[in-house]
Amino acid sequence: MQFYASPEQVQRDRSEYARKGIARGRSAVVLTYEGGILLVAENITTLRKISEIYDKIGFAAVGRYNEFESLRRAGIRMADVNGYSYDRRDVTGRFLANAYTQTLGAIFTETQKPYEVEICIAQVGSSPETDELYRITYDGSVMDEPGFMAMGGQAEAISNVLRERHDATAELPAALALAAQALGSVGGENGQTRKLDQKQLEVAVLDRRRKGRAFRRIQGPALIQLLEGLKDVLDKDLGGVDAAPPPPPAVDKPTVSAAAEEDAADKAEPTDPAEPADGVNGDGS
Amino acid sequence: MAKDFDPSGRMPDYFTNAGTSSFTQFLTHASPELLPGRRPLPPGFSADIAPHATTIVAIATAEGVVMGGDRRATMGNLIASRDIEKVHPADSYSLIGIAGTAGIGIELMRLFQVELEHYEKIEGTMLSTDGKANRLAGMVRGNLGAAMQGLAVVPLFAGYDLSPADPAKVGRIFSFDVAGGLYEETGYDAIGSGSLFAKSALKKKYRAGLSTDAAVRLAVEALYDAADDDTATGGPDLTRKIFPVVMSATANGTHRLTEAEITAVAEQVVAGRMENPGG
Repeated sequence: MQFYASPEQVQRDRSEYARKGIARGRSAVVLTYEGGILLVAENITTLRKISEIYDKIGFAAVGRYNEFESLRRAGIRMADVNGYSYDRRDVTGRFLANAYTQTLGAIFTETQKPYEVEICIAQVGSSPETDELYRITYDGSVMDEPGFMAMGGQAEAISNVLRERHDATAELPAALALAAQALGSVGGENGQTRKLDQKQLEVAVLDRRRKGRAFRRIQGPALIQLLEGLKDVLDKDLGGVDAAPPPPPAVDKPTVSAAAEEDAADKAEPTDPAEPADGVNGDGS
Repeated sequence: MAKDFDPSGRMPDYFTNAGTSSFTQFLTHASPELLPGRRPLPPGFSADIAPHATTIVAIATAEGVVMGGDRRATMGNLIASRDIEKVHPADSYSLIGIAGTAGIGIELMRLFQVELEHYEKIEGTMLSTDGKANRLAGMVRGNLGAAMQGLAVVPLFAGYDLSPADPAKVGRIFSFDVAGGLYEETGYDAIGSGSLFAKSALKKKYRAGLSTDAAVRLAVEALYDAADDDTATGGPDLTRKIFPVVMSATANGTHRLTEAEITAVAEQVVAGRMENPGG
């Protein structure tokens, strides 16, 4: 029986364990486009891999849900404490990336089991050049990514697709098409590509034109239309900084037929009351 | 947070645990010094040490709610501020106004805004309107000690209800007392030193199902009446162009009347009073 394992061996084993865990899950990509930063995860569940952290900061993760969920909560809590005690402008992506790298690094070296996660902290700026993407891996290393990144199983292959075709001046439908294609470039039978539809994708943007909270989840009819490359929808949906939320649900209109209702549902804007309609800032502006 | 310094650099446990979705509850672990109501106060009655914010009115409309506040803060017989803003959005669909000790009120309001946003981000969904009001009541309750020493603050909360029990009642108004009592109001309410006069004015003029524009006008009228009879409430200041802050919350979210919009309404109200001072 072996009683001694060299530190190198221990680290290698942990790394391998974490990498295997991450590779089992579905992937996520984050990339900049003309209007902001697009976060897309392959996700068929209602549990979320992408989240808002603060005004200009978004979060995407792959790996074990319970582990990245606790990191997500920690990020929101830290950002809110800082924003509350200083000012909303004083919460930065780099500060969060630093906190995450310290935490993941400590967990990796000190605990029996490393976290099987890889996370991205994205901060949207006023132009694609000023966007910041941080990749933080299971061992606490942090990388500043150049405009796009892929995480999860077969991230390398997905990254290659993004590297070839990423264009920071692309509009949202083009960026979303690229993200969906990149995610679909792996995992098909016999190396075939897959076509991912709206049910398999979790999509959000950090819209650089929005004042206050920039994060916005895209789902339902708006996502279907975006995936079809419709730009008209896009303008109506994301054009205005203070885009109005959906009209209140119609109250008992028995005269409307089911078909008409379906039609109306198609036209309705995505309903997510959690997304702010009006750039509400904690400072009351 | 220094007491929790961990040489490994790892975040303290209370950051990562599932625990609570409430920001204030989280702060009781992370930074209790940031919470109002947790600071020891020297004994004695200290009502006169800080400025006081005065009158706020809220009116339920057919589309949601309208809330308005005058711009004056007083300290004894002095005017501490002519342009303080006491009505703020609490989140995308609700509004909060404060009366009482201004410093504590503004702190309470900021904390409440973060509280709502924090819950939204952690849970991925918005609190119900009643949930928001209950949360605020709890926060007011936390200030009871300070209130008994003269540093009372009482908020007024109003919002557009995204899932109302009664579809005809989308605008909801909640008032509070210093002990944290929570009361839902029907139609309209006012708080602060001029509330007596503002409420009397609203009682005579309020009709159910007002449009937002009519309610804005009514709010400014009521604030005028409060300023007319209460020295601590400021009326429209035509020379300095300082007018009440009026906000609405409807299905389209919250909206603060722009400078131009509120100037027009306030000038109309003042012009009306030139002919009939009683309104």
